[in-house]
Amino acid sequence: MELFRNTNIDFLGKKWYFLAFSLIFSVAGLCSIFFWHGIPLGVEFRGGTLVYVKFAQTPDLDQIRTAMDHAGLKNPRIQRFGPTTGNEVLIDLGMQETSEAALDKGKNTIINALQVENSSNSGKQDLNNTGAASLEQYLLQKDPLHLGTDAATRYHAMARQMEDFRNKERGGILTSVDELRGVVPPEVLSAMQQDFYTSSFVVRNVEIVGPQVGGQLRHQALMATLYSLAGMLVYLWFRFELIYGVGAVVACLHDSIITVGFFSLLNKEISLTVIAAILTLIGYSMNDTIVVFDRIRENIKLLRREPLADIVNKSINQTLSRTILTSGLTFLTVLSLYIFGGEVLRGFSLALVIGIMIGTYSSIAVAAPMLVAYQDWRAKRAGEAVARSMSTGSPKSREKVKVKA
Amino acid sequence: MNKNLLAKTALIIVVLIVFLFGIVGIPSSPTPQGLLTAIQNRIHLGLDLKGGTHLILQVQVNDAINLDTDRAVDRMKEALKNANIPFAEISKPDPQNHPELIQIKGVPPEQASELRRIVSERLPEYDLTSGAENAWTLAMKPSVANDTKKKAVSQAIETIRNRIDQLGVSEPVIQEHGLGDYQILVQLPGVDDPARVKEIMQSTAMLEIRQVISGPYPSEQAAMQASGGVLPPDAVLMKGSPLHQQNPEETQGDVYWVTSRTAAVSGNDLRTADAGRDENGRPDVNFTLTGDGGRRFAAFTGAHVGDKLGVVLDNRVKSVATIQEQIHDQGRITGSFSDQEVHDLALTLRSGALPAGIKYLQEVTVGPSLGADSIRQGVRAAIIGMVAVMLFMLFYYRAAGINADLGLFLNLVILLGFLGFTGATLTLPGIAGVILTVGMGVDSNVLIFERIREELRHGKTPPSAVDQGFAHAWVTIIDTHVTTIVSAIILFLFGTGPVRGFAVTLSFGLAANLFTSVFVSRVIFESILNRHQRGEALSI
Repeated sequence: MELFRNTNIDFLGKKWYFLAFSLIFSVAGLCSIFFWHGIPLGVEFRGGTLVYVKFAQTPDLDQIRTAMDHAGLKNPRIQRFGPTTGNEVLIDLGMQETSEAALDKGKNTIINALQVENSSNSGKQDLNNTGAASLEQYLLQKDPLHLGTDAATRYHAMARQMEDFRNKERGGILTSVDELRGVVPPEVLSAMQQDFYTSSFVVRNVEIVGPQVGGQLRHQALMATLYSLAGMLVYLWFRFELIYGVGAVVACLHDSIITVGFFSLLNKEISLTVIAAILTLIGYSMNDTIVVFDRIRENIKLLRREPLADIVNKSINQTLSRTILTSGLTFLTVLSLYIFGGEVLRGFSLALVIGIMIGTYSSIAVAAPMLVAYQDWRAKRAGEAVARSMSTGSPKSREKVKVKA
Repeated sequence: MNKNLLAKTALIIVVLIVFLFGIVGIPSSPTPQGLLTAIQNRIHLGLDLKGGTHLILQVQVNDAINLDTDRAVDRMKEALKNANIPFAEISKPDPQNHPELIQIKGVPPEQASELRRIVSERLPEYDLTSGAENAWTLAMKPSVANDTKKKAVSQAIETIRNRIDQLGVSEPVIQEHGLGDYQILVQLPGVDDPARVKEIMQSTAMLEIRQVISGPYPSEQAAMQASGGVLPPDAVLMKGSPLHQQNPEETQGDVYWVTSRTAAVSGNDLRTADAGRDENGRPDVNFTLTGDGGRRFAAFTGAHVGDKLGVVLDNRVKSVATIQEQIHDQGRITGSFSDQEVHDLALTLRSGALPAGIKYLQEVTVGPSLGADSIRQGVRAAIIGMVAVMLFMLFYYRAAGINADLGLFLNLVILLGFLGFTGATLTLPGIAGVILTVGMGVDSNVLIFERIREELRHGKTPPSAVDQGFAHAWVTIIDTHVTTIVSAIILFLFGTGPVRGFAVTLSFGLAANLFTSVFVSRVIFESILNRHQRGEALSI
């Protein structure tokens, strides 16, 4: 089966459309970055306190907001997170409630505020917010089975079983201690019924980042990306010519700007995993560009007489089948990640979904036309130089033209 | 089949077996459950997938410098007194921002050379410069200050590791964090409530036993009054909690003690510390001293029978007792502690004191249920994506699609095997690296197959089309792979944590891909061509 055979599309003839298209998207993104949403940064870059809470029932956001107000937290951002059936809520305190002197103060305030409704269970431990390590310690102290020497290993396994049951079978939250019936021996269950209760929520994830670390990470992610682009530029310079390297790097920058611009337009946060996605798409776009460049280099050797514009067109057409297939298949993988990958991977896969499309487009519409534009510009300059040297008779410029010819 | 091809096939099978071993090791049982645990033992998952706590903390290295300069101030005073050089004041002008500076005021100009001699003899690690009005500045040499700071960080790492090991956290990561100054990265897999661990890590646990000269006093003023307005030169005022609720009114607020400036023994002299109970059943900590510490303690207690001594923890007087007789190498710390508190105190004392305070800069806790969800969904998405890609390759390239699919499968095996062998961790960004690898693996195959088709269209025979196809595509594949590996290496060098995880899986994956899509795929093509009749068409 074949989809594209002997295509003969005049890509270079459409360069003004491409330019307009790229400009519209880049400028829209840049406008949003500078005048509208800015670059929405994830908590690891801007600093702050984020607490992800999962509730047993559909949470009432107003009620949570009131509880936060009573706890004295100023303007927390409270929003639903993930699918509606997940009953998950994200509470974001921002920087003003996060100080390095007491980093986890905000988190503790949130948890205490949510605990208020469970105050009737004072003295008991909350089964939903207890890890396997604490469960094991409890079992060892209580020793409900009166185990002798193998208590440590038995209780260790039992604590793990309970945790696994809660996290894997019940999605992290139990509605009563009785649910553990059958998971643990009856003696353990009855002991736990006395000492544990189940709160209506579980803290799924906490991220607290002080201002110092945020600044460092921002700087470092940016520098790592720029250095890696520089590294690729040098390699391409060595393997091809400088202008090839420049074309490829400009195409990658183009892709990154448009992707970041999209995130800004959609007001989605750029987290560290999104940075990883942007690095992936840079690698991917670079790969695409090199395939086209390689073909151009090969064709320049084969077809010495033809003008560069024709060679570039021909090379893009020859590799078009491969370009569409590869990006189509990679797009398939990424799309599956976006759809099935869950909430944690959402930002990451969104960046890739946008990036793969833009990356494929840019190697055809940005990198390759740049080669031709550069050659045209050089030819024009050489022509001017010839004209100048004829009038002034400067031997130096004549020599330059000779080298070029 | 010719010999050459046989050797190549054997090589591929060996590689497959070696990397399969890398993934599962030797499983204890051949059941799916056994295989799963074997994989879990070999492939280390990052905290974002496994759940746990990630902390970045900063060592307050100025504390360590201050400790040193405080001692230098004392030594300087003593040395000047012994040499009969008068001085008005020896102090630190700005311990907060410039802990390395000491100021000496009021030394007569005619004794300057004598001062210089004393400094170069007694404090060789300091530079002495003269300022206006008989003021002198002693500054710790920058190289010495640097060493002190570095030592503080490495000692803090050591101490924290001791403490965490005693807590029984499995596979913790405790290392210097290259991103900022004097930062330490601590990763605690499986710890989803870090409050207690953080407290244990943070307590400096500086233990000293000092002579108690007088006290307790309800306030600072009272203490000063009792000493006649001025403290004796070798005494200091210390805060402490009220002891043993004899007087309920006194339990409010701190009390003050006048103690000796120097400690008889300190935490460095401890051999062991254990939680226990005193005769009234109250929790306490018993400790034993090392041989050297024990001798010094015996000398001290022998000389001070009838005096009081105090156990000072982190600059607070915890307990005070009268020396009944000479004590050799044992002691205990009493106070109003809970069981948990004495247990943690004994643990921190055993693991040694922190050389400087620490401050938490970042704290990320991934609940185990979230990590489990991430893995389940991530793996499901990856499998769906892979299967779709594999089906398409079979459909589009027919028999040659099998080549690509086998290559892709082997690529994943090698990549995971690499992770198993090197002990590198698989993180969420690492999965991004895997996806880019899969994408580039498919790409290499597509490049080769399209080229072979092109050559076939030009009328070449299948063997020469395969030959030419590989030869042409090889150049492109090398360029794309080297470029990406170059960038991955740079990311690894300049990146941290998540970015590094991405770079690692990407480099491994690309190296594996060069092998599978070029070498393995070629061998499969050749073996097919070998079995074909001359002139028979290639299924591609």
